[in-house]
Amino acid sequence: MNKNTLLYAGLIIFGLAGAFIFPAYKLQLSFLYILIVLAMTWDVQGGQMGYNTFGNILFFGIGMYVASSTQIAMFFSLAEWTDAGGEKTFVHTIPQFFQGFGVGILLAGIIPTIIAGVIGYGILGLRGHYFAICTLALGIAAGELAGGIEIIGAGQGMTVPVWPKGFGSNASSSQFLYYLSFILALVTFVTLKWAYSTRFGLVLNAIRDNEDKAEAMGIHTMRYKIIGWMVSAFFVGIAGGLMGHINGYIEPTEIAFAGPTFGVFMVLMAILGGKGTLWGPLVGATLFHLFKEGFWTYFLGWQYVALGVLIIVIVVYFPEGVMGWLREKYPERFGEVVDEADLKAQVELK
Amino acid sequence: MDLLIFQAPILMVQASMDGILLGILFALIAYGMALQWGVMNIINIAQGELVIMGGYIAYFMYLSGIHPAFGVIVSPIIMYCVGWGMYKLVINKVVDKDLFTSILATFGISILAQQLMNFAFGADVVVAQSNFGTTMLFNNSVTLPNAKIFSGAVCVISAIILVIYMKKSKLGRAIRATAQNARAAKILGVDTEKVYAATFGINAALCGIAGACIAITFTLHPYTGLPYTVRSFMIVIIAGLGNLPAVAISGMGLGVFEEWSDYLLGTEFRIAAVFSLLVIILVYRRFKLARKREYLK
Repeated sequence: MNKNTLLYAGLIIFGLAGAFIFPAYKLQLSFLYILIVLAMTWDVQGGQMGYNTFGNILFFGIGMYVASSTQIAMFFSLAEWTDAGGEKTFVHTIPQFFQGFGVGILLAGIIPTIIAGVIGYGILGLRGHYFAICTLALGIAAGELAGGIEIIGAGQGMTVPVWPKGFGSNASSSQFLYYLSFILALVTFVTLKWAYSTRFGLVLNAIRDNEDKAEAMGIHTMRYKIIGWMVSAFFVGIAGGLMGHINGYIEPTEIAFAGPTFGVFMVLMAILGGKGTLWGPLVGATLFHLFKEGFWTYFLGWQYVALGVLIIVIVVYFPEGVMGWLREKYPERFGEVVDEADLKAQVELK
Repeated sequence: MDLLIFQAPILMVQASMDGILLGILFALIAYGMALQWGVMNIINIAQGELVIMGGYIAYFMYLSGIHPAFGVIVSPIIMYCVGWGMYKLVINKVVDKDLFTSILATFGISILAQQLMNFAFGADVVVAQSNFGTTMLFNNSVTLPNAKIFSGAVCVISAIILVIYMKKSKLGRAIRATAQNARAAKILGVDTEKVYAATFGINAALCGIAGACIAITFTLHPYTGLPYTVRSFMIVIIAGLGNLPAVAISGMGLGVFEEWSDYLLGTEFRIAAVFSLLVIILVYRRFKLARKREYLK
């Protein structure tokens, strides 16, 4: 039994038992798993492929709206539901709730994937900062558009179906969401770990290092870029669907298409942990969540000021992230061979 | 929907006039962005926040009993110092890094600035009343507030002053030299660090003038900065860096587009129209510039 197996086993046991060890922090932990999914999927573009996107939030919002709208529209009229607002006129029965939930979450994954495939050809042809700004605009435009559509509640947002009464105890709703988010994070991690070890991961890295050269070597880079974005969109969409249920309420610009908050958080988490690594986003998301909760608890009212400062500090002074720092400190743990004689020569030169 | 254009043609004239006066403002902000992008190779997401900050300076003068129109003189002076400080604290650390680092770092500044303005002035929509009255045109069917004409004139004058300054003064020449080749400029004795700080300060001052104009013609709110950033980015990528006539024309075009979409689609889709237009322009540009794969004949 080597160290890695122990680490994985420890994390899985923590995930499975977490709901019982920290019952008070169950929602916080499910939130953390969602953040991990966001950071890891951002890293597919930002870290591995070198395409710094602010637009993954688009799929988050679409997933959120699709999941709840499907769940509602399967049994009731969506327009009447949003009209009724928070009055809870419509109540899902137990089988209805779970049928709707399942189909909704599934569609929340599939529809963003299709959208990513369709718009990918146009958007992923952009390079560098043009891509970054274009995706930033995409997310905000989507939020503003959603804020103008009446049937999904326009600017006021819509409520998400509540947990059916009489099924399980009071805590079972959060327990259910906790395990779903944990499974989602686990599946994302395993999928990406596998994907990075295949030719697909190598191609993504080749695109990051030199896209023109990769193309000259005969790789259809556009195809891989689009597939990469679709993979991200799938997991982010499902994360959005779950997030809708965790929040219990959807609002177009603050929660669903929250470009200036979640859209930037996912970038920061990946950079804080170290972009372009498998573990970086996971570590970064955990640290960031701790920071963020600390700010919200101890600097209430000033939390966004603290957040802005944190962004500047991370980007300016700590751009290589935790994993990058560890790699510099202990290169042999990362499988890099350190040539002592070469190091000595460098020191002498200085 | 399309009938609306023909039903009330005079309203479209009104929208176009508003759009052109608004577009001059955008062009001034965009010129600042083009300046810093060309010279320092950074994209400043906090550009819109600088504008709003400049507007709040004029609003503060209005609150303390001074006529807000004097804001167009006071605000650029204060904003120059703010820009200079911003450069010394943060921007000089990201100048030589890649563009994405500057985007993220200035995003942090933008969140910070939004919150600080929120604490200082509250989250209400405010406007500084200038009491300039209105001008009626075409048999009283088109109304133009004099404040808008005033702000358009201020922007044109400050743009002209800036162009002359860049052409004639020593600092202007140093800035242009640094934009062409920073390394060569350094070899020839230009203190690029100083030039960068001055460029960022001038950019902030331009934002200050535009912000003061916005304070008397439109509304101010701490969180409305980002659309100004996106607009100026859009104008810069259409017009190119350092091409002032093109910046002015595309700025006015954007203003007219906005007023028309506001009028034809409804105010709630105004921001959405701006951001969608940016996506469309970028994607169109990508297909226009795309290389075609062809076999050698």
